[in-house]
Amino acid sequence: MSKEIISAQRAEAWREELRKEIKNKDRVNIERVRMTELDPAYRITNNEEVNCGLTLEQARREASRCLDCPDPQCIEGCPVGIYIPTFIKNIERGEILEAAKTLKLTSALPAVCGRVCPQEKQCESKCFYKQKLKKEPVAIGYLERFAADYERESGNISVPEIKDKNGIKIAVVGSGPAGLSFAGEMAKYGYSVTVFEALHEIGGVLKYGIPEFRLPNSIVDVEIDGLRKMGVEFLTDCIVGKTITYDDLHEMGFKGVFVASGAGLPRFMNIPGENLIGVMSSNEYLTRVNLMGAASADSDTPVLKGKRVAVIGGGNTAMDSVRTAKRVGAERAIIVYRRSEEEMPARVEEVHHAKQEGVEFMTLHNPIEYIGDEKGRVKAMKLQKMRLGEPDASGRRSPEPIEGAVETLEIDEVIVSVGVSPNPLIPNTVKGLEISRKGTIVVDENTMKSALPDLYAGGDIVRGGATVILAMGDGRRAAMFMNESLKNNG
Amino acid sequence: MNKILEKEHFSENVVKLVVEAPLIAKARRAGHFVIVRSCDKGERIPLTIAQADPVKGTITLVIQAVGKSTKKICALEPGDYLCDVVGPLGQATHIEKVGTVLCCGGGVGVAPLLPIVEAFKAAGNRVVVVLAARTKELIILEEQMRASADEVIIMTDDGSYGNKGLVTEGAEMVINREKVDLCVTIGPAIMMKFVSLLTKKYSIPTVASLNTIMVDGTGMCGACRITVGGKTKFVCVDGPEFDAHQVDFDEMLMRLSSYKGME
Repeated sequence: MSKEIISAQRAEAWREELRKEIKNKDRVNIERVRMTELDPAYRITNNEEVNCGLTLEQARREASRCLDCPDPQCIEGCPVGIYIPTFIKNIERGEILEAAKTLKLTSALPAVCGRVCPQEKQCESKCFYKQKLKKEPVAIGYLERFAADYERESGNISVPEIKDKNGIKIAVVGSGPAGLSFAGEMAKYGYSVTVFEALHEIGGVLKYGIPEFRLPNSIVDVEIDGLRKMGVEFLTDCIVGKTITYDDLHEMGFKGVFVASGAGLPRFMNIPGENLIGVMSSNEYLTRVNLMGAASADSDTPVLKGKRVAVIGGGNTAMDSVRTAKRVGAERAIIVYRRSEEEMPARVEEVHHAKQEGVEFMTLHNPIEYIGDEKGRVKAMKLQKMRLGEPDASGRRSPEPIEGAVETLEIDEVIVSVGVSPNPLIPNTVKGLEISRKGTIVVDENTMKSALPDLYAGGDIVRGGATVILAMGDGRRAAMFMNESLKNNG
Repeated sequence: MNKILEKEHFSENVVKLVVEAPLIAKARRAGHFVIVRSCDKGERIPLTIAQADPVKGTITLVIQAVGKSTKKICALEPGDYLCDVVGPLGQATHIEKVGTVLCCGGGVGVAPLLPIVEAFKAAGNRVVVVLAARTKELIILEEQMRASADEVIIMTDDGSYGNKGLVTEGAEMVINREKVDLCVTIGPAIMMKFVSLLTKKYSIPTVASLNTIMVDGTGMCGACRITVGGKTKFVCVDGPEFDAHQVDFDEMLMRLSSYKGME
């Protein structure tokens, strides 16, 4: 089905014309665009977005690199299957609002995804330039962001086409990326969608987790407003499983439930001193700063502002935390990671930005104890030096301690960023759900349907800690299959 | 937004608010708490639900003005709104028939103790309550307690009302004269620590409702973590009630001082 749509779009007359305008051998000689960034010395003094976006001219030139492949593999690399060449060719010809519309056909949050997706592992990794020409791929993420930003700033925000209301009520548990993506799709199919959110703000990790300097909250809000215009209703301060139950949802007339409650439980390492003052999870630190605005003077929420801050872990959350610590005023902000830099799960761009901002990296180090002062405040940490051993079953070289190589580092704040576990609230309060050993909800991998016929689930509650775009892909797929099921049975 | 319907001053700094929250009123049981945000720039703070009326769709909160946020909330008047009230959170009190239950309350902890007293009484227990405060003016909900419990003993630090002395002295008096099967304590952390030490001496099972620093209240951040029986627990989801004899109160007291000087 979608292959036909892709071919039909590609066969449009304007696309044919556009392909002829520049010869492919000229297209491939255009250098990939470099996005302007704020100067590191300046940007660590504030929360402004580091990446400045493309100009119209830059975007059109970058778009002209795209060869408009007959069988575009980039789409295969995108978890929500954005019609990538179509939106890019619209940018090339200057129809930016058309490009934005194309994005919205399959993605509820293009301005978000263009910023936070690891494109190097997804769409851009499948680009013809990368695969066959061994050149830098087309900057699909930058272009996605450009189209979404252009539309927002133009004041001409389009609302996707919505089928006639079918009168069927659907509930969504959680307003993170999976829930928002699902809600947008179901609204397009004509359902009446209500999203239940436990926190006081909509957006899940997009609001409490990812910092302003990577993803401004105002941009998330505009995308959420887009969903409101499509008729999606949001109810904050409502915890399904506590405020209302799964059974209550049925009584309220909801015919389908999508659970996207995420993996919000922080893991700790259970080492001595972990409960000292000044040791906290990334979730706590980032929630205080991002959601509660704790770093600004007019917020009632406080946050500890360490001078020497160690962040434990090597993922994106660790990078977000350590870069936040720099901005909150740390003199030294240090990543402590038990493997080497090569194994770090964080995006290469984030690691690069962190280094530019003066973050120190202590790889092959692992904390084994925190030491406190007489008031119970952390003042130092004991670090075990590590080396990489033989590859394990999964092919990853696991770190092992070097006997006797322990050092002490003076620090006054520690942020633990060693992963999250699925939130147990729904698994614990809905009878009949199949739950994995890790606490995730078991669903059919294709349809996202759980053991209960009306309950679908997606995102981190199914995957454990994963990415924004995988969560959105789950939401889109769950919507497609729930719609099929309701259509056929209703 | 949750409308404030009634307000009553228990003392200069202790205020009772009846707040519109129909879903919470319906779902709530004794021992549950809510997270409240007073206004747009406000912080999220935990408050135990003292009472709820599912028919009227209201919950009752008792708040002592101690810091910036509680002062803001105590200054609100009927007709004003709380920006956010979310709950009910935590595990409800485990209520069963055990025999004689000794309930020790101090400060505003007396308010959340009331529904627990009522529930234990309704389950067929003999319930003896010890209410403690610095001075007479700070004793709250005495009448309601008397209406629900078999006996109420008042302790004041300065002897201005009831017996002079600390909550532990009142509790020990009860323990010395009759068999106590369970003790429940809610109040300042330091008070709960000493009640716990006392009942440990007499091997009386004891439950304490802990009041730690919280942010989200749903298990997401771990700000509220404490050590119980050598293991780290999150008060917001595993509690707020724990076996008091297993709680590391010294660590809890220390963690409560995390933001001292910033409030």
